[in-house]
Amino acid sequence: MMSDKINARNITDNEFFYGHKACAGCGGSLAVRMALKTLGERTFIALPAGCMSAVGFNFPQLCFANNAIISTFAGTGSILTGMAAGAKALGLKDYHVLGMAGDGGTADIGIQALSGAIDRNDRVIYICYDNEAYMNTGIQKSGLTPFGARTTTTPAGKNEHGNLKNKKNMFEIVAAHDIPYAATASIAYIEDFIAKVKRASEVDGPSYIHVIAPCPTGWGIPVDETINAAKKMVDCGLWYLAEYYAGEFHLNRDPKEFTDVSEYLRCQTRFAHLTDEDIEHIVEGRDAKWAKIRREWI
Amino acid sequence: MIKPELTDYKRPEKLSEYPQATCYKAGHLVTKNSGWRSKRPVVNTDKCVGCFRCYMYCPDGVIFKKDGKVDIDYDFCKGCGICVKTCPITAIQMEDE
Repeated sequence: MMSDKINARNITDNEFFYGHKACAGCGGSLAVRMALKTLGERTFIALPAGCMSAVGFNFPQLCFANNAIISTFAGTGSILTGMAAGAKALGLKDYHVLGMAGDGGTADIGIQALSGAIDRNDRVIYICYDNEAYMNTGIQKSGLTPFGARTTTTPAGKNEHGNLKNKKNMFEIVAAHDIPYAATASIAYIEDFIAKVKRASEVDGPSYIHVIAPCPTGWGIPVDETINAAKKMVDCGLWYLAEYYAGEFHLNRDPKEFTDVSEYLRCQTRFAHLTDEDIEHIVEGRDAKWAKIRREWI
Repeated sequence: MIKPELTDYKRPEKLSEYPQATCYKAGHLVTKNSGWRSKRPVVNTDKCVGCFRCYMYCPDGVIFKKDGKVDIDYDFCKGCGICVKTCPITAIQMEDE
């Protein structure tokens, strides 16, 4: 799969997501902004309940410059099928059908509709912007909240140190459908994310991108640390940049050395309560994951 | 260039002036975000080399290219300071409002 590389110099000056009411330093809004800049004006975007629909559509303040709609929370995947069918029935040419849902809207509430859309083999792009909890409603645990993170539904106390479960492996769940194209990304590696959105748009069938988008409010980081936190997460090995196509996994970035996990965790108040044993547990999980990745994906 | 812009908005007075369905025109802005910030980023154009990293990483898209360098739309900048942190040569600095 070859794509003309989009970079800071040749990316369009158009802004399709502008004047929105997201918190200062919001990672999710950067993911939406860049996905739309990559795909262009002829993109129909659907957003379920979640931060991006809450901040983008405050009538009469409507911040999308392209055709945008709020879907039902559970129905991002199915509304994408409907939009693709509608565009086909109208005989439209040269367009993209895009859905952008949060981690809760993807891994918990919308997983059935997403699975169905992949199964129907519609030409749609589904992007999950993962900020690791239900941030819009006040930071409740989702299926993509990592181990140890404090949320309002997984409080940190003497006996329980935040979330007891590991993050769902959404990328591999999607890949298990034998989807034509799936990828993981991070907003810190923005050119990589853009290239993956471009690739997804060239696939004749469904595609899925899972992009990590830190939330300063929910993660407990300063508003100017969003990009640094996303970068640290990749560099310490708690997130990986990979793709799945033609039935195979491909690792895009294989760091020789990982940076310090505790430095990544300690910069966030949601992990402030973790003990050294908890961090050791997280590091063990990381090493086991990377051993598997390096054994099977390279 | 396509970009949502501030538009004068007159509140509907009669029922017939309300939108007929839950849809409305795209890119219709009626309020600014400038009141959100206590500090503003200021670009030192003598220092800026036009690498556009701040432009790429701005969550609000308020940084735009101008004469090979960058400028900021202060109507919509929320003052998060990501541009300052992503600038590799500290050509942007935060100043109190």
